[in-house]
Amino acid sequence: MQKVIGRPTGLTELPFHYCPGCTHGIIHRLIGEVMAELGIIENTIGVAPVGCAGFSLDFFACDFVGAAHGRAQAVATGIKRSLPDKLVFTYQGDGDIAAIGTSHAIHVAARGEKITSIMVNNAVFGMTGGQMAPTTLPGMKTTTSPYGRDCAVFGQPIDLPKTVATLSGAVYVAAGSVDTPKNILQTKKYLKKAFQVQQMGLGFSFVSILSTCPTNWALSPVDSLKWLQDNMIPVYELGELKVAEEVKAL
Amino acid sequence: MTTLSKDLAASRQFISANDAVSYGVRLCRPEVIAAYPITPQTTVVEKLSEFVANQEMDCQYVNVESEHSAMAACLGAALMGCRTFTASSSQGLLYMCEMLHYVSGSRLPIVMMNANRTVAAPWNIYGDHRDSIAMRDAGWLQLYVESAQEALDTVIQAYKVAENHQVMTPVMVCLDGFVLTHTYEVVKVPSQAEVDRFLPPYAPTENRLDLAAPKSCCISVSPEWQTEYRYKQHAAMQAAKKIIGDVDAAFGAQFGRRYGGLLEEYRCEDAEYVLLMMGTIAGTARLVVDKLREGGVKAGLVKIRSFRPFPREEIVRLAQGVKGIGIVDRDISFGYEGALGTEVKGAVQGAAPAINFIAGLSGRDVTKDNIEAMYRKVIDLARGQAEEEIQFVGLRWEQW
Repeated sequence: MQKVIGRPTGLTELPFHYCPGCTHGIIHRLIGEVMAELGIIENTIGVAPVGCAGFSLDFFACDFVGAAHGRAQAVATGIKRSLPDKLVFTYQGDGDIAAIGTSHAIHVAARGEKITSIMVNNAVFGMTGGQMAPTTLPGMKTTTSPYGRDCAVFGQPIDLPKTVATLSGAVYVAAGSVDTPKNILQTKKYLKKAFQVQQMGLGFSFVSILSTCPTNWALSPVDSLKWLQDNMIPVYELGELKVAEEVKAL
Repeated sequence: MTTLSKDLAASRQFISANDAVSYGVRLCRPEVIAAYPITPQTTVVEKLSEFVANQEMDCQYVNVESEHSAMAACLGAALMGCRTFTASSSQGLLYMCEMLHYVSGSRLPIVMMNANRTVAAPWNIYGDHRDSIAMRDAGWLQLYVESAQEALDTVIQAYKVAENHQVMTPVMVCLDGFVLTHTYEVVKVPSQAEVDRFLPPYAPTENRLDLAAPKSCCISVSPEWQTEYRYKQHAAMQAAKKIIGDVDAAFGAQFGRRYGGLLEEYRCEDAEYVLLMMGTIAGTARLVVDKLREGGVKAGLVKIRSFRPFPREEIVRLAQGVKGIGIVDRDISFGYEGALGTEVKGAVQGAAPAINFIAGLSGRDVTKDNIEAMYRKVIDLARGQAEEEIQFVGLRWEQW
């Protein structure tokens, strides 16, 4: 029997220990593949804050730094400014980058920091037990919104990639999902382009990826994917939200 | 005061200490709660948001984007004369730090719960006191509790102390992360009517915004007046020493439970060897004291409830006639010693020989054997044997 596909060299051999059905593993794999295909593993430094994203340090084959809650992009800024020839990316959940860390999301984009940020959006604070996050959908039940998010009280969810896309230093902003093979392949293209933008030194690149959280959504892995399709995709627009002129040439 | 159809009747419930805090808060009728989730505080704010969503509390629950914003929102609400609550832990508490000073300096009687957890790096979600100890000088009263019942009762007492017009200072109620926050026990939940009788609605001083009499709050103060502001903050904290005891006594008279005010002594009447500590370690240490007493050792323990204000006079009195003391710190002030060790040794001024034990860092278990070994070392020291002044309990490369 011939082995036709293996673990990408961008990942370590450590088995993922995310919850069953969680899509962090798929996203990790895509990043691992992209790093391998671009030949940048030895040249890349990742930064992850706390939350489930904090586990990712062990799974990527590149160097990694753990940051405080919300601060990954600020730490990444310091690394990139010190080592401008290296590729620096952040891997953050929505409960991090779209909540306590939003100020950095705005300001790295405004300054056009030449880093790449990846947001994994499952619409809750996953690690702490599924509380309502700024990204929680209207009417969505969480442990701090037991009857569903009441937008009259808590406002509408934040669509961070759309916000970031309005800032001039953000030259590439894409929103993907990993619910279907087609979307997985599309998301990989976004990730690859985001890293290429950084390689070319064009500016800040940002990829948001819709993800499931079967544990906190209290759904099976399969039902979670359907829930994502039925509920998240209508709210969070997918596609390349911003491709600056200098990026179009890529 | 609104009477909700779901006002609590007195009950006995098998609940976690975090739930006990939530019931305590509910019974105090805060009007605004603002919070951000962090382990191991989360179940407190989940329960409170459930109470609010069920309309069992007449309260605004605000999901803010950070702990800094949580405390800032509480400050805004308190300035309008609202009773407020928030809860946090560890990194979240540290992130609040700026606003903790703003609140205490503005003399707003906010009550918060801190689920004691260590601080990064290295990252760890388990319990020690390094988070709240780092906030020692933020101008908040700090009360450390041992059980779920004490947690519930102390939240109620905390509002009564904080809102006393001689005090008007915020209070932090500290619970050991996981060991206490997530441990279940049978808790007596008092009725809403009983708590209403003990804790009337918040009556602010003139230190609030009043649309009918416009003024500025949280003002800037020049060097000519800052010292006087600080003096008054200090005086209020000193006044709180008596009021914490009075409130505890009044609570005891009404509810039948009291906790000793600033500190609780356990078998200290004729004690020769005394261990001092804060939080849940006291629960384990009581058993060790009983065992040592059975063996003829005159052991005692002091559970310090109030770290700020610090019960200096009480500790000086306790140290009279004691042959040796040990201070158990779940923190370390790098480059010196444990924070509690510094305070206790400063108070007793060499009246008895002392060892400062650094134990239970980042959730490391502190066993009965550990505690017995601490007593044995204090006894050895009192008998003239050489002992290190600061000892890390259970170091892997040492024999404990």
